[in-house]
Amino acid sequence: MTVATESSPSSPGAVRAAGRRPVRDVVFVEGVRTPFGKARPDGLFAETRADDLVVKAVRELLRRHPELPPERVDEVAIAATTQQGDQGLTLGRTVALLAGLPTTVPGYAIDRMCAGAMTAVTTTAASIAVGASDVAIAGGVEHMGRHPMGVGADPNPRFLAERLVDAEALDMGVTAENLHDRFPHLTKERADAYAVNTQARYAKALANGDIGPEIVPVAVRSAERGWGLATADELPRPGTTMEAIAGLKTPFRPGGRVTAGNASPLTDGATASLVAAGDVAEELGLPVAMRMVSYAFAGVPAEIMGYGPVPATDKALARAGLTIDDIGLFEINEAFAVQVLTFLDHYGIADDDERVNPYGGAIAVGHPLAGSGVRLMTQLARQFAQHPEVRYGLTTMCVGLGQGGTVIWENPHHADYSGHVPASTEG
Amino acid sequence: MTDTTTPGENPAASGTTRAERVTRTLVRDVALPGGTGTMALVTLDNGLDHTKPNTLGPQGLAELTAALRGLQQRAAAGELVAVGVTGKPYVLAAGADLLGVGAVTRREEALELGRAGHAAYELLHTMGVPTFAFVNGIALGGGLELALNCDYRTVSSDVGALGLPEVGLGLVPGWGGSYVVPHLVGIEKAVDVLLTRPAASKPFKAAEALDAGLVDAMFDAADFLERSIAWAEQVVRGEVTVPRREPDPEPVWDAVLSATRRRLDAVVAGSRPAPYRALELLAGARTWTRAEAFAAEDEALADLIMSDEMRASVYAFQLVSGGKKPAGAPSPDLARPVTRVGIVGAGLMAAQIALLVSQRLGVPVVMRDLDTERVEKGLGFVRSTVEKLVGRGRMTPEVAARVTASVHGTTQIEDLAGCDLVIEAVTEVMDLKKRVFAELEGIVAQDAVLATNTSALSVTEMASVLQHPERVVGIHFFNPVAQMPLVEVVKARGTSDEALATAFAVTKKLRKTSVLVADRPGFVVNRLLVLVMGKVVEAVENGTPVEVADSALAPLGFPMPTFELFDLVGPAVGLHVLTSLREELGDRFPRSPGLEKLVADATRVVLDAPGPGLPKPVNPEIQEAFGPARPGEPGVLDAHGVLDSVLTALTVEIGHMLDEGVVAAPQQIDLCMILGAGWGFHTGGITPYLDRTGYSERVLGRRLLPAGVADVPRDAG
Repeated sequence: MTVATESSPSSPGAVRAAGRRPVRDVVFVEGVRTPFGKARPDGLFAETRADDLVVKAVRELLRRHPELPPERVDEVAIAATTQQGDQGLTLGRTVALLAGLPTTVPGYAIDRMCAGAMTAVTTTAASIAVGASDVAIAGGVEHMGRHPMGVGADPNPRFLAERLVDAEALDMGVTAENLHDRFPHLTKERADAYAVNTQARYAKALANGDIGPEIVPVAVRSAERGWGLATADELPRPGTTMEAIAGLKTPFRPGGRVTAGNASPLTDGATASLVAAGDVAEELGLPVAMRMVSYAFAGVPAEIMGYGPVPATDKALARAGLTIDDIGLFEINEAFAVQVLTFLDHYGIADDDERVNPYGGAIAVGHPLAGSGVRLMTQLARQFAQHPEVRYGLTTMCVGLGQGGTVIWENPHHADYSGHVPASTEG
Repeated sequence: MTDTTTPGENPAASGTTRAERVTRTLVRDVALPGGTGTMALVTLDNGLDHTKPNTLGPQGLAELTAALRGLQQRAAAGELVAVGVTGKPYVLAAGADLLGVGAVTRREEALELGRAGHAAYELLHTMGVPTFAFVNGIALGGGLELALNCDYRTVSSDVGALGLPEVGLGLVPGWGGSYVVPHLVGIEKAVDVLLTRPAASKPFKAAEALDAGLVDAMFDAADFLERSIAWAEQVVRGEVTVPRREPDPEPVWDAVLSATRRRLDAVVAGSRPAPYRALELLAGARTWTRAEAFAAEDEALADLIMSDEMRASVYAFQLVSGGKKPAGAPSPDLARPVTRVGIVGAGLMAAQIALLVSQRLGVPVVMRDLDTERVEKGLGFVRSTVEKLVGRGRMTPEVAARVTASVHGTTQIEDLAGCDLVIEAVTEVMDLKKRVFAELEGIVAQDAVLATNTSALSVTEMASVLQHPERVVGIHFFNPVAQMPLVEVVKARGTSDEALATAFAVTKKLRKTSVLVADRPGFVVNRLLVLVMGKVVEAVENGTPVEVADSALAPLGFPMPTFELFDLVGPAVGLHVLTSLREELGDRFPRSPGLEKLVADATRVVLDAPGPGLPKPVNPEIQEAFGPARPGEPGVLDAHGVLDSVLTALTVEIGHMLDEGVVAAPQQIDLCMILGAGWGFHTGGITPYLDRTGYSERVLGRRLLPAGVADVPRDAG
C-alpha cells in the first residue's frame, strides 16, 4: 500500500539515502475460506478445532499457488478474538507449522475483534510496504461455538467507574439498538428489508457460482455420525421474507428493533489470504486481484460501535486522495443491518444499491468475528474481475468497543490501472 | 485377517474373555465438491480413543454388512456415485477381535468368522459404484483387508502401520488378503507382505505401502480426508486412472513360491502350520476364481483358528502386550528419583548400559573402570555407536552430542559419589562384586540404589557384605542391550520395595519389559537356555552325531539351531554358565568334556550361513572333540530322542523353578523366553507347548496352564 496513490514513491525530487528502501505497492493475490457453520453444538464444526480450520484454508491457498515457493512466505498473521485453547498459542506460528510451511517461516497472532483478519492484511501489508517482508499469509478464525464472544474476559472496572464506555456497550446488539435510537429514520422495517435483500443476493450469488470458488472443503468428524465433508455455508436462509422475520424476538431490548433476522448469526469459520509486494508478485508470477490503495482505522464511542466504518472510510479516502464518489464497489460487513444502513445513509447511498454487497453479506453467510475481513476482500476481488469498469472499491467493517476499519483497493482489470511501481526507480 | 487386541488388558494371565467391543459403522452422505454427486462416507468407530483401536468381531461385521447392503441398494438406485470407508482418528482398523477369535470353541464358528468377513468385504467389491478406502490410521490384518477389498485406496502420510501380520499370530490373511495382495502387487511383493514382514514384525509405513502398491495415493495428514475425497472424485470422473498390473506369469509365480518354500523349510522347518497355509493360498491365488480363493481362505482360517499354535500365539501376543505392566512390581511411587547413574566397569556390557541410560533417561552417566585404557575403550564404544546411529539416520546430531557429552569416564570410584543409582557390570566373580559394593557403600548416599547386572551369581550373597543390603537389586540386561527387549529384575532376600520400584521405574524408562524374578541361579532365561544347550551337548557326548543333535530342536522353531546359539553367546560364556549352574543346581546341568575342549582350543562351532537369514550349519569338525558319533547304537539318541530329552529336562526344570518361586507364574517364564530368548509365539514361550504335547502332565503330573488359556480346549471338540 502507499499512503497516497500513484504519485508518492516516484515523486520527483524525493531525497533518499543510499540503501534506503522505497515504499512498495502491496497486492492482494487471493483469498479463500472454509464454509461458515452454525456456532452451535449441532453446527458443522462443533467437533472441529479452530486451528484446523485455518490450516485447511492456508494449505488450499498454497496449493492454488504452486508458483509461490513456500519458503518465500515471510509472515503468517492469523487473527482471533478469543486467543485461548485452540485459538491460542500464537496462532500464526502454530498454523504455519501445522500447515506444513517450512520452519523458517515466522508467524504471529492478531486481535482487533471483528476486524482481526482485516488487520492481519493491513499489518502484513504495511510490513511489505516498508520492505520488511515480501509475501505474507493473512487470515483469521473464530470458532464462536467454542469461544463465545467475551468469555473469560475481565474488563477493567474503570471502564464503568469512570464511564469510559457505557455499561451496555460491551453487548454488540445493544449498540445496534443505540444506532436505531440515534437515527430514528433507520427503522426496523428498513433493517428487515435490507436483511431480506441480502439473503436473496447471497442465494443468487451462490446459484451463479459467485460464492463457491473461494470455499475450501473441510472434513468434519462427529463422534455420533462419523466423518463428513463441509462444502457449503450452513447459515443462509434463502427465501427469507419480510413477513417471516417481522415477528422475531428482539433479544437486546424489549420492543427493540434488532432481531436474529436482521443481524449476523453466531458463526464458526476461517479465512486466509495471500498478500505480496507488487514487484514480488511480478517476479513470482502471482496473479494480482487487487492493489491496496490505503487503509485506516478509526475510533467512535463504544455505544455506537456500528458507526465506526464512517470515520474510518473518511480517513482512508482522505489518505488516498479519493472521495466516496470514486468508489464503485463496497463490501461492508453486516454485523447488523442498521449498522450498514448508518453507513449508506451517511454517504447518501440507497439501501439496495447494487454496488453494495452484491453477493449478500454476513446477515446471510455469517460473521466469524476475526475471520470476516478477508471474506470481504475475497468477494471484492471477484467483483473487480467481473467489473473492469470499476477502478476503486472498499472493504469496511465495524469493530467492537467502538472502532471502524476501511481498506481501499484498486482494480487491476481497470483500463487505467496504475500497476505496481517498480521499487528500483529511485535511489 | 486378524491382528491385535488392546494393550493393557491381559486375558492371557487370567484366561478370561470379554464381550465384543463393537466397532460401529457410521454412514454420512458427502456432496463431492466438484459437483459429481454423492459419496456415502463410512466411518468405522468403536467409540473409544485411539489407544483402543477398532477391531472387528461378529457384531461389528454384521453391522458393517447391513450398512454396505443398504449402500449397494442406494447405488443401484442411482443415489450414490461412490462409497468411501475411513476410520476414527489414527485408526482404520487393527483387524479381527483377537480375544473373540481366541474364544472360538468349534470349527464351524471359526469357519463362520471367515465367511462373515468375506461377506462384508465382498460388498465393497460388488458395490456397483467405485469404492475407496481412505486409510487414515493403522490398518492391520482385517483392517488392511477391508481396504484391499475396495476398488481404490489412499493413505495418510503419517500412518505408521499397514500390514498383514496374521502369519506371525498363527493365522493367514483370511478376509481376502491372500488372494488380493498377489494380484495387486505381484507375487514377489506378496511374499514380503504375507510372510517376510510379519516374521520380522515390521509393518509398512505409509510411503512404503505406496511404493509397494498396497495403496494408490498418499496425501499429507494435514488435510488427508479432504484430498482423498477430491482424488476419489477425479477417479469417479475418469480424470485420474489407476493402472493395475497384469498377473505375474506362471513361471515367475512358481519360481518365487518355490524359493519361498525352500526358505520356510530352512527357517520354519515345519514348526508351525500358518506360513505353509499362507504359501498354499498364494499358490492357488494364481488360478483360483475369487470365490474359490475366498473359500480356501475360509477353510485355512478355520483350521488355523482351531490349532494350538494359533491359540498359543494369541496368548503370547497378549503376554507381550500386557508385559509393559510388570506383575508383582511394587508401587511406582516408591521409586527413588534417578538424576545421575554410575556404572562400575567399562567393558562391552557396561558401555552398552551407559549408552542406553544416557539415551533414554537423559541423565549424566559416570562409567568407572580400573585403568584409563579400559575407560577410554568404554567411552570409545559409546562414541562410535552414536556415530553409527547418526550415520544411519537413527539419531539426530543433537541427541548424539548430548549423549556423548553426558557419558563420563573415570578411574576414581569416588566420582560415583553423587549417583542415585549405581549399576555394576564387572567380571562375573563373586569376590570382585562384593568388593565393588563394599567400596561403593562408603561413597554413595545412604539411600542410593546399588544394582548388579550379574547373569548367574547370587545377588543376596553380593549384598551380604553391606550395612544396607536392602538397597541392592539385580537388573539383568541381555546382550545386545539396545536390541533385547527383556530385563530380569532380581529381588534378593533383603531387597527393599524402594530399590525394587527404582529398578522397575528405570527399566521402564529404558523401554524394556521387566520381569520380576527371585534370586535363584540363572534366573529364568539363562537357566532354561543353558539347560537346552547342555542337554544337546550331552546327547553328542553320548554318541549322537553333532548334525543330528544340532537340528533336533527344529520342530520347536527356535530362532536358531543350538550350536549357532553357542556361537552367538560365545562357547566360553556358555560353558561358564553351564558350569556355575551345575555347581548351584546339580547335575541336571550336564558336564561336557567335549565342550571344554572346544573352548580350550577356541574352535569355531559353526560354519558361515549359506545365505542371509539362513541358519548357520554346525561345523562338522567339532565332532572330534566329543569322540566318534555312534548313530543307531543302543543308548544313543536320535533326533527325536534329543528333542524328548530337552523337553523333559525343560519340564523338570520349570517344575523346580515354580516350586522355588523363581517367578510367580508360568506366564512370566513364557514372557521371559519370548523376549529374552526369542522363542516363538507358536510355542507360547514354552509352557503352552509343554502342556499341549503332554510333557507337563507326564513329567510333573499336572498342566502348567489351565486348558484353553493357550490352546484349544480339548473338551470343546
